[in-house]
Amino acid sequence: MKEYTNSGSKDTRSGFGEAMHELGKTNPDVVALCADLTGSMKLDAFARDFPERFIEIGIAEANMIGIAAGLTIGGKIPFTGTFANFSTGRVYDQIRQSVAYSNKNVKICASHAGITLGEDGATHQNMEDIGMMKMLPNMTVINPCDFNQTRAATLAVAHYKGPVYLRFGRPKVPNFTPADQKFEIGKALLLSEGRDVSIFATGHLVWKALEACRILEEQGVSSEVINIHTIKPLDEKVVLASVRKTGCAVTAEEHERNGGLGDSIAQLLVRKYPVPVEMVAVDDSFGESGTPEELIKKFGLDTADVISAVKAVLARKKS
Amino acid sequence: MPTTEELQRISTQVRRDIIRMVNGAASGHPGGSLGVADFMTVLYFGIMQPDHAKFDMNGKNEDLFFLSNGHVCPAWYSVLARYGFFPVTELGTFRKLGSRLQGHPATLEKLPGVRVASGSLGQGLSVSIGAAIAKKMNGDNHLVFTLCGDGELQEGSNWEALMFAPAKKIDKLVAVVDYNGKQIDGPVDKVMPLGNLRAKFEAFGWEVTEMDGNNIAEVVNVLNTVKSRTGKGKPNMIIMHTHMGYGVDFMMDNHEWHGVPPTNEQAAKALNQLQETLGDY
Repeated sequence: MKEYTNSGSKDTRSGFGEAMHELGKTNPDVVALCADLTGSMKLDAFARDFPERFIEIGIAEANMIGIAAGLTIGGKIPFTGTFANFSTGRVYDQIRQSVAYSNKNVKICASHAGITLGEDGATHQNMEDIGMMKMLPNMTVINPCDFNQTRAATLAVAHYKGPVYLRFGRPKVPNFTPADQKFEIGKALLLSEGRDVSIFATGHLVWKALEACRILEEQGVSSEVINIHTIKPLDEKVVLASVRKTGCAVTAEEHERNGGLGDSIAQLLVRKYPVPVEMVAVDDSFGESGTPEELIKKFGLDTADVISAVKAVLARKKS
Repeated sequence: MPTTEELQRISTQVRRDIIRMVNGAASGHPGGSLGVADFMTVLYFGIMQPDHAKFDMNGKNEDLFFLSNGHVCPAWYSVLARYGFFPVTELGTFRKLGSRLQGHPATLEKLPGVRVASGSLGQGLSVSIGAAIAKKMNGDNHLVFTLCGDGELQEGSNWEALMFAPAKKIDKLVAVVDYNGKQIDGPVDKVMPLGNLRAKFEAFGWEVTEMDGNNIAEVVNVLNTVKSRTGKGKPNMIIMHTHMGYGVDFMMDNHEWHGVPPTNEQAAKALNQLQETLGDY
């Protein structure tokens, strides 16, 4: 398989913050809004250097989404910043009517997504957000895998016109994609070619998929790893081409199985090319307090879980 | 600026349009629409006077209006059509399949004059604040007007926006509350009282004015006065006292006409009370 090296673990939210600072310098229409989480969202540099384009909303997310929708009327490109939990369910109706249905150029940027938020526990661990957001017509849903990719995705969505949900996380995770990458919305990335099984992963689980691929190779299993950074629109062409070659699929994500990436892949395959699919995802459960590493293990989202899913799907393929 | 009499003639025709649209669709919200017809007429024909031929989504260098209580859109659609945003004949398509005049305002069908969807309550004030901030950032000195319902103020999100606007000195914003005292389940004071609304707004830091929203001369005067108070560090709020169903005696002040269309017989009776001034669509 192709080798990937961790150039030094970093949090994906810092990739967001760095890109926002760059956008502040290069795009005068970019406006950042934040609901009392400037430090957590890594927006301090933007707020310091572009105070006239930084709007502190306070703890009032519904107002933040409405203001963002209004800012687009006048040509601004608003980026809203808060945790995934407060970026989605809390303001679903505001997003639905004023952003998605009205097709406004709002970028909803959500940190602390998934279970790796850690110790704060289930009240803050949103694992339904991809499902909620992808169900909205007009909404693009992006979940980059590391610091560099989150940085590139943030820059890219500023150039795309339309509502976007950009999801990233809190913990430091391996940073392995190129620093100078060009991020193409809706384009799945083939990270490693293989023959026996297709592994479609998103977000923090992409690195786990690569680790699984390496271990499986030693065991004589050739797996293809594809990074689905854009869950909607899904790159159907790349997914189908891979599965036509391998004949089975494993999906991996830090999200509920209901409504997540696996659900999108399965829907596509059922309609166009039915093959056995196994899903590494949270099984209809809320999270709990713990370290990110402990939680990843407990909720079945680790490298070992990807390997087990591959073995299960290969067995189904043979039978 | 049209005379009071000319504005009155327009708003009477707008009321006829409302009755005919809601009757034609056999659904919709006549009560609140009739109540705000005078305000909408004055705002477009007398105050904002937008260039309808140049409508675009960004609305730079012109005053903007956002309707938060989207269910009173029959009044808005009629005013937009009578002003020239789209052909008045299109009013007959209200709430029908394939129409640009959706049951609640929407942008998907690209109806000129509408810049954001509304209907799910409690969002318009925030959107208006955002549009006002964009104007300030763009160096555009024009105003943003918005209308919301009184019952709508029960939605908590409004109070987030009500707190924000004075704190951030959004002073090119004029918000109007349609205070007809009625909502679907009955009088607002019974369903969920708003208390001393003026004192609440003032405590939040708004410049508050009250007016009779069914007196055209007063609406003209108050809107002009409030315009002169903009740009002075505070957002402006108008508590607009109106009568639900104004202009049709059997609908007036009756909450049961919030969202019920008149039958053909009732519509005929209502139209008898409203003179055709500009020609029906």
